[in-house]
Amino acid sequence: MKYQSQMVAKPYFIAALALFVGQIVFGLIAGLQYLHGTFLFPELPFDVTRMSHTNLLIVWLLMTFMGAAYFIVPEEAQTELYSPKLALVTFWVFLIAAALTIVAYVFVDYAHLAAVTGNAALPTMGRGYLEQPLPTKIGIVLVALSLLFNVTMTLIKGRKTSINLILVGSLWGLALLFLPAFYFPHDTVKASFAWWWVVHGWVEGDWELILGALLGFILIKMTGVDREIVEKWIYIIIAMTLVSGLIGIGHHYYYTGAPTYWIWLGSIFSAIEPIPFILLIAFSFKMLMQRRREHPNKAAMLWALGTPVMAFLGAGLWGFMITLAPAQYYMHGTNFTAAHGHLAFFGAYAMISLAIISYAMPLLRGRTANSDSAQRWEMAGFWIMVISMLGITLSLTGAGIVTVILQRAADDPMSFMQVQDKARVFFWAREFSGVSFFIGLLVYLRSFFIKGEYEYASEMKQALAA
Amino acid sequence: MQQVFTKAMARNIFIGGAVFFLAMYLILTYDTWQQIPQRNNAEKMTPAVLRGKYLFDTNDCIGCHTLNGEGAYFAPELGNVYKRRGPEFIKAWIMSQPTGAPGRRQMPNFHFTQTELDDIVDYLQWLSNIDTNNWPPNIQG
Repeated sequence: MKYQSQMVAKPYFIAALALFVGQIVFGLIAGLQYLHGTFLFPELPFDVTRMSHTNLLIVWLLMTFMGAAYFIVPEEAQTELYSPKLALVTFWVFLIAAALTIVAYVFVDYAHLAAVTGNAALPTMGRGYLEQPLPTKIGIVLVALSLLFNVTMTLIKGRKTSINLILVGSLWGLALLFLPAFYFPHDTVKASFAWWWVVHGWVEGDWELILGALLGFILIKMTGVDREIVEKWIYIIIAMTLVSGLIGIGHHYYYTGAPTYWIWLGSIFSAIEPIPFILLIAFSFKMLMQRRREHPNKAAMLWALGTPVMAFLGAGLWGFMITLAPAQYYMHGTNFTAAHGHLAFFGAYAMISLAIISYAMPLLRGRTANSDSAQRWEMAGFWIMVISMLGITLSLTGAGIVTVILQRAADDPMSFMQVQDKARVFFWAREFSGVSFFIGLLVYLRSFFIKGEYEYASEMKQALAA
Repeated sequence: MQQVFTKAMARNIFIGGAVFFLAMYLILTYDTWQQIPQRNNAEKMTPAVLRGKYLFDTNDCIGCHTLNGEGAYFAPELGNVYKRRGPEFIKAWIMSQPTGAPGRRQMPNFHFTQTELDDIVDYLQWLSNIDTNNWPPNIQG
């Protein structure tokens, strides 16, 4: 760590991990409610469990992105952060607002929450991922403005590397793309069309730029490869993201009331959406091969290499599976989408978050890398979580196949709930994988409580013995 | 290769690609906006339909159900529920919740008035006439 003000990233990362734990707990409850519908009912109806699960995901990812920005921007700009104090105040505002929102979800009836938070004046509630009441949405905008002001001022007074320009630029994009959350037209078809500006715009557009910037930064630091080479790769990758993804948004418009031409445009452009992920894999492994140093933080390297691979599987492969219009005709709105959503969010965004945390946290705690023993726990957590998430994905894919065969493509289609009963075995498999994921998370978190730093001496001894 | 293809060129491809395809998207969106009102009979969105929609949103229906395939996969599709079940069944069903059947997925009771139930049914009827390119494949949604 080169600048004192980077320390402000630390509370962001710690809070992110705490919220991550909360997300998984709600996920486990939701999975159980699929199997035992009366579990925690009526105290916690499924929709509340689900919105807590998804909103906590978004908040902890945003928390990490912000922490990453406060860590990376000063280092890249070679100057102290413009205002560490503002960053710290923003942290508490964001954390408290997020916590209050989740508490409100759980303890206040949703319609009542809408009534007391002024939803009638400006309706924004009742859309997936954007369930937040109006005050929370306004809070998110204020937090984003504070972040943008702070990092932009830092960038202006310091060195303008491509990594920094992409990172700060994509944070502006993130904030701008949130604004359609305030636009909720009466016309349901238009509302759905515009909802994707936020959701697709984030996860299949802007966030991929953030991912590129974070991965580029980590690989420059860890491999010692020339920055010019890394940054050129990142520009090509994010160019492909937008070339494919901007019109690729059409794959959300096939069957929701939009004109028919989206069937063609969406299919063609979204078919090339896996390309940036393939490039991302090629890039990271090439940088690994060309490395000029052996960084002692092997756990961070594992996350950095695991991210493109898992992102490709989740976003690339599972996304491709459901993206062509004739396939989506049968798969749209089934657990195929849930399978894709889980693996893509985890593989791309949860894993890049854990990668930057893995790289930065030891530095924030005053060491280059954690002890061997701590890294072993962290890497065990990596493998358990990765394998468990593949288990969740395959289980949900199985449930999706059951729906397609018995409900969507059948000559004599069964009703929704009959089909859900037939898919129970897959919902059990998903829940077991979920429990296993939670164990992986605990193993990962255990690594933070193992003291000591990496000892070069022991590695030297091993190398000499060999 | 290193000299032939520089970082500046890569950056220009990024900026050029982003600007070109964003412009293309905006043009298509403009055209879509003109077409949507015919595809969903927007003129039939009566005040009752709008009231029904407000209840639909503020009770987070898509937190469990799908609407034209979007939402959660915990409960049946609502885009065509009007055609699948009809108005009387829908109202009776909503009023009789929760079933309390052991282990079965539960839908809360939202304590709607008769007028509110009628509004919701009007909204569901309006939804069922949107041109969704023949989706879903069959009445089961």
